[in-house]
Amino acid sequence: MADVNLFTILMDGIFVKNFLVIQFLGLCSFLGVTKATESAKGMSMAVVFVMVMASIAAFVINTYILRTFGLTFLTTIAYIIVIAFLVQLVEFVIRKNSPGLYRSLGIYLPLITTNCAILGVVVLNTRLEYTFVQSVVHGIAAGIGYTLVMLFLAAMREKAEVLKVPTSIQGIPHAFFITTMYAMAFVNYFGVIPT
Amino acid sequence: MSNIVLVIESALVIGGIGLMVGIVLIWASKKFAVEMDPRVEEIEEILPGANCGACGFAGCGDFAEKVVGEVAAVSDCPLCDFEITKEIGRMMGKEVTEKEPEYPIVLCNGGVHCIDKVEYVGIDDCRAVMMISDGEKGCKYGCMGRGTCVRACPFDAICIGDDRLPHINKNMCKSCSLCIDECPTGVLVMAKESEKTHVLCLSYDKGKAVKAVCEFGCTGCRRCVKACPEEAITVTNFLAVIDQEKCTNCEKCIEECKQKTIRTANHTTGVEATA
Repeated sequence: MADVNLFTILMDGIFVKNFLVIQFLGLCSFLGVTKATESAKGMSMAVVFVMVMASIAAFVINTYILRTFGLTFLTTIAYIIVIAFLVQLVEFVIRKNSPGLYRSLGIYLPLITTNCAILGVVVLNTRLEYTFVQSVVHGIAAGIGYTLVMLFLAAMREKAEVLKVPTSIQGIPHAFFITTMYAMAFVNYFGVIPT
Repeated sequence: MSNIVLVIESALVIGGIGLMVGIVLIWASKKFAVEMDPRVEEIEEILPGANCGACGFAGCGDFAEKVVGEVAAVSDCPLCDFEITKEIGRMMGKEVTEKEPEYPIVLCNGGVHCIDKVEYVGIDDCRAVMMISDGEKGCKYGCMGRGTCVRACPFDAICIGDDRLPHINKNMCKSCSLCIDECPTGVLVMAKESEKTHVLCLSYDKGKAVKAVCEFGCTGCRRCVKACPEEAITVTNFLAVIDQEKCTNCEKCIEECKQKTIRTANHTTGVEATA
């Protein structure tokens, strides 16, 4: 399966197999951080960054350690360790080198450690047997797709503040309704890119 | 037998990755360590933690940082009582003098006693009402009573009473003055606790015009000026103003005021029911 062209992977990640509204991964941060566009932006930046880093690291671990020892059943555990490590390391580095960025991004970084969207990207990379370049492109695509939908929902929820919503579906349930609408829109991308 | 080998192998690989990662992280935490003043955390711990932003900084953590960085003064947190401020002062090695508590007061007696010139139907907010020809009230200086201050208060200390005026619960008020920043009319002002006597009106209209719309508005009749033994009251533009420096709270002006404009500060204590 490794001979998929990069453009297809990119478009797949952003639209056709969007991580949030088609695969429904990373829902906790999706609903938690989309109350304001500003924080959604920060979170998305952090996710894009970590997704790409995790794709690289997971590829290295999988190819040079797990495959070598024939321990591919350990991928999930190994990936969790690697992602947690990466997030922590990135946090250290940006706290030291750019306090400004740390203040805007830093609070979202710990949230990412256990984000299923990130784990989803690296597990999919492994399962689809992507090469190094393909993995990285998939990471970028997934990140862009995530950002796109995060900004959509944040903008929508900000506008929805002034709506009169029945008490029983205020807040999170209402956000889920909006999410459904977006998911339905994204479903239309199925089949746009022939597989 | 091969199962045991596999288990040991997996444990070694995962353990190895973990160990490697751990070592790198320890090295990184040393290499990228950020010098943090331990006082920041200590101060943040004793701060109220309301993150109301009344100090002018982004939350209590930021305030603690600014205090240690000597950007903010020790006493800048309006929520802290004197004990906490003193404690912060002790950490910073600074003397703190006690500040007299201040509470917001409403400089308007209107509410239901002030006639409505129009019937307003629309967004239930003072700022929205203000946008339409100086509001719905007959008096353009007074309180709109639409509760912008109620929503601005992070401590639920304000409520609009049956008289359609805000009531400030002294026991819940933390003197953060966020309501005063939000109030579009300017009828909310901070007053020291010892300053008890106030002219609860801001109308510069002539006496006749005030009387036509409001039961309790100041007409500028000057009776209080004559009554005041300290000469603390002056009338400019048909509105009496009390100089709080000179006022002794003798309440002679309150007795003399025909319009009942001058009153003692109108705080509630949360015991009486207002809704």
